[in-house]
Amino acid sequence: MANIFPKWSNTVPLKIIFAVLLLGGAITAGVTYYFTPKYSRVGYMPIQPVAYDHSLHVDQLGMDCRYCHTYVDRSEHANIPDAGTCMNCHNQILPDSPKLAPIRASYESDQPVEWVRIHKTPDYVFFNHAVHVNRGVSCVECHGQVNEMKEVFHAKDHSMTMCLECHRNPEKFVRPLDKVYDLDWKAASEEAQLKLGKKLVHEWDINPPESCSGCHR
Amino acid sequence: MRYFITIFLFISIALVSILGFRGSKSRKPPLEIFPDMDRQYKFLPQTANPHFSDGRADRPVVPGSVEFGSYVRDEFYNTGKIRGQFGHGFPSPIYVNREFMDLGQKKYNITCAVCHGQTGDGNGITKSYGMVATPTYHDDRMRKMTNGEIFDTISNGKNNMGAYKSKLSIKERWAVMTYLRALQRAHNPKPDDISSEKRMELGL
Repeated sequence: MANIFPKWSNTVPLKIIFAVLLLGGAITAGVTYYFTPKYSRVGYMPIQPVAYDHSLHVDQLGMDCRYCHTYVDRSEHANIPDAGTCMNCHNQILPDSPKLAPIRASYESDQPVEWVRIHKTPDYVFFNHAVHVNRGVSCVECHGQVNEMKEVFHAKDHSMTMCLECHRNPEKFVRPLDKVYDLDWKAASEEAQLKLGKKLVHEWDINPPESCSGCHR
Repeated sequence: MRYFITIFLFISIALVSILGFRGSKSRKPPLEIFPDMDRQYKFLPQTANPHFSDGRADRPVVPGSVEFGSYVRDEFYNTGKIRGQFGHGFPSPIYVNREFMDLGQKKYNITCAVCHGQTGDGNGITKSYGMVATPTYHDDRMRKMTNGEIFDTISNGKNNMGAYKSKLSIKERWAVMTYLRALQRAHNPKPDDISSEKRMELGL
């Protein structure tokens, strides 16, 4: 009687196991790597109506974040400035630059410049800028080194993990209030940051919520 | 098996080359594969609302509105004028202390120093970029200017200077005005400002 199964079928189970492991591994690796805001959000750099250069205005001219984002320390929302803010200087500096044409048009017509929003938390997240910056959380912790950006892009992932990392260990992130808008500032060392952080957390009685309702309402 | 591995490798490499790596710059908005309730039918600050003819969700402030609970019935405090004339001194709601001066310093350095310079000499960073007409605070005209007029200039601007009442509250504007006086005073010292010993040293 001839063999029912040909000889090659001996290795089939092993091959199937190998193939499943390989596929499973690849899918797991792919999902881990790609299905996260670290991939989907970070690096988003839309073309803006005016190529506003933060590195020029902040690093080179030394302007404070709050000159334009005036209400970041008083409001939940860090406002994008109106055209009038630009015109305070640009009525005299580069007053005819074609790059600034949309600003002049907005200033004259009273229609806002349509900036493209980069950082968007989901609408069920209630993030308040003022409470963070007024308790020593610098802009840089969530927005990266905007002071060095010629064109703004999404630098940090803004995942819930990122929020919780700081809410669980605020001492690793808080800094003196006069350094909040100094995006280049860093504590001398990790130990120095921890020491300072612990002191500030204690002094300011920082107790970041970790319950759902702290941010989701 | 050989075919399987070849195809597997081909697909993996193809996917990685299409999807790229984390953190690479992209002009396209982030993909939101599972929208959940990320984008809701509500209007956030500085967004669009097609319901209104101008298309904005934020409604323009009605002229003359005041922030809730902040209204003080005092012409001098609100406008810098007393019966239509720029006033001297301070309106009664203002109490000058260290905290008030610190507020003024902070706001001055954020808002004014870019053009007027940290010391008020009119040599802010913008001067080297073509803003030529910024005056110094340290001359007789500015020293003699009334508090009310300085307050009014901060509020409504003057010549090439824009209005700052949208950036500074009334109290903050008075604080900046007070800090400006401190800058003037620091730039215009009197012999009495230093101790008698030092004065002897300097031969004053």
